[in-house]
Amino acid sequence: MNIARKFLSTIAASTVVLGAFGLMGCNEDKAAESTSVKVGLLHSLTGPMAISEKSVRDAEVLAIEQINKAGGVLGKQIVFVEEDGASEPSTFATKAEKLIDIEKVATVFGCWTSSSRKAVKPIFEEYKSLLWYPVQYEGMEMSPNIVYTGAAPNQQIVPAIEYLISKGYKKLFLLGSDYVFPRTANMIINAQAKAAGISVVGEEYADMDQTDFAAIIAKIEAAKPDVIVNTLNGTGNVSFFKQMSEKNYSSKEYMTMSFSIAEEEVATIGPAILKGHLVSWNYYQTTSTPENTAFVAAYKEKFGANRVTSDPAEAAYDAVYLWAEAVKAAKSFEVDAVLAAIKSGSISYKAPEGVVAIDGKSQHLAKPVRVGEVSEDGLIKEVYATAAPVAPDPYLTTYDWAVKAGLQPLN
Amino acid sequence: MEQTINILFNGLSLSSIILLTSLGLAITFGVMRVINMAHGEFVMIGAYMTFVVQQLFAKFLPESIGGLYYFVAIIAAFGVAFGLGSLLEKFVISRLYGREIDSLLATWGISLILQQGARSIFGSQGVNVTAPSFLSGGITLGECTFSYNRIFIILLVALCMGAVWLVMYKSNFGRQMRAVMQNRPMAQCMGINSRKVDNLTFAMGSGFAGIAGCSVALLGSIDSTVGQSYIVNSFMAVVLGGVGNLIGTVIGSGIIGISSIFTENYTSSTIAKAVVLLIVIVFLQKRPQGLFVIKSRNLD
Repeated sequence: MNIARKFLSTIAASTVVLGAFGLMGCNEDKAAESTSVKVGLLHSLTGPMAISEKSVRDAEVLAIEQINKAGGVLGKQIVFVEEDGASEPSTFATKAEKLIDIEKVATVFGCWTSSSRKAVKPIFEEYKSLLWYPVQYEGMEMSPNIVYTGAAPNQQIVPAIEYLISKGYKKLFLLGSDYVFPRTANMIINAQAKAAGISVVGEEYADMDQTDFAAIIAKIEAAKPDVIVNTLNGTGNVSFFKQMSEKNYSSKEYMTMSFSIAEEEVATIGPAILKGHLVSWNYYQTTSTPENTAFVAAYKEKFGANRVTSDPAEAAYDAVYLWAEAVKAAKSFEVDAVLAAIKSGSISYKAPEGVVAIDGKSQHLAKPVRVGEVSEDGLIKEVYATAAPVAPDPYLTTYDWAVKAGLQPLN
Repeated sequence: MEQTINILFNGLSLSSIILLTSLGLAITFGVMRVINMAHGEFVMIGAYMTFVVQQLFAKFLPESIGGLYYFVAIIAAFGVAFGLGSLLEKFVISRLYGREIDSLLATWGISLILQQGARSIFGSQGVNVTAPSFLSGGITLGECTFSYNRIFIILLVALCMGAVWLVMYKSNFGRQMRAVMQNRPMAQCMGINSRKVDNLTFAMGSGFAGIAGCSVALLGSIDSTVGQSYIVNSFMAVVLGGVGNLIGTVIGSGIIGISSIFTENYTSSTIAKAVVLLIVIVFLQKRPQGLFVIKSRNLD
């Protein structure tokens, strides 16, 4: 009896103490909230995708620091909460929910692979929250709760094929990794080639972890294409180009046009092997704008002189600035107000790649398109650029050939 | 005609890579019956050693002898993998003899540790080795190009095979090793230090995995998971050939390599993988002991 009473009183006392702590905690939170705003970063810091996503994450951190140094947004400093998606779509989904529901972030910058984006999309829609997705992708998607700052297919793939056609290439060989982006890209390219009257002489997919490309190279030799359209991703690119070069093939024998090789990949594969090959992006480290000079200098200063900037990193950097612009226009951090500002179509930002504006309807960016050639020093030099930014068209509805072919999203 | 030559050469080349990665496994799994899931990580260690040796040569030695780094790398890769294999056997495997499931799980855990270790040391970004100048490019005969580094890998495999054969069948240590594996108590009675034999055998198997890593480094990028892409084919080659038999492993690798290149030539790489698995499964249904069986006088 006595013991029981003592026990109860201990509980009561500790409840009071805990409660007091709890209140103090709340007060602290409130105090911090008035001078800062929380955003979430959701990328893979471990697993196979960490290689690529690190540069994107770093660019976002750089943008946040720069904005904070310049006084923040609406007078508040940006604080970021970071979660690791671990290269696993299901982990991305759980962490997205955690960021939105528990951390109560104002917005999230995150994802790289299409599968991770597709995994978090229903969560952002359910919670009516906002995701900024910074990587070029296969298109055929338009979520009201996602802003896509990378290229849609008509801002990377379609102009690249048009460029190849204008240069007189007539026989394409499509080579890609076996997942949704290459398959959708090749579906689009097939329709485009058919309409332009050029032929696709082969289409091959390699497993993500494939290391031996001998059989695929033999097929390329048999098909005799004049250009290989390459949507391989990750380590497959290294094996493929190394094994092409060991058969004495360079860009003279087989020209390639790649959609997933940026400055980082060139450094890994080696400029000697990639010299002369073509790539298509919206931005290169060599892009000559004053904004880019500043961006490259700041990036190298913060993360090391040997680091290179790339298209996805630049798109991620833009995403943070565009969000800040949208918040300023909305005069609020509330998602509804920010989305309304975005929908008005008036949000734009003078980015390293040139002026980018959010298209209110599709929530994609209007972007300049640049075809580049890999040069000996490992950088990519621009050989062709569109005169003006290209308006986004994720479903390719403004292209007759695409409408006629009845392109549908793959699942 | 040229297509047939191409298929044959590519098949031979893939077989030789599979054989090189399974050679060590033929010893640790085939002879010692240890299911070593970390075998692929020894391949990875060999590949990273190639990278390290190349970096050191580039830094400290004149460019003219830069190409020689590759031979030093082969020796270094063998040495480091041999040493780590010996440590692994001493501290983990030796405590788990006869407990196959336990050793499978323990070595799997070690493979994860080694992968994370590689990520911590070299970063998650893949690194790349430049082939020495005498191995870059290829020789063109008629319509076919044979790359030097694939020819080199085929020769390297032949050399390693020769070395393993010499050690296993012509040396005193080999005789002791076979004696211990076939009838341990009897071998111990004859005064053989079976602990030492186990340790050296396992280390040797790991060392050959290290050499395999050097050849893998020539073909693609090196990252912490590079060993994983080879481990399944290697286990299949050893099982298909008949566990415990060196010639069996050679023929097993040949069947897997050539049939996968042949199928891939007419279908796609995904289907080729499935077809090869199917061939192995059907074959093992008919002949569960593999192609060749060791005839020994032990009583189990």
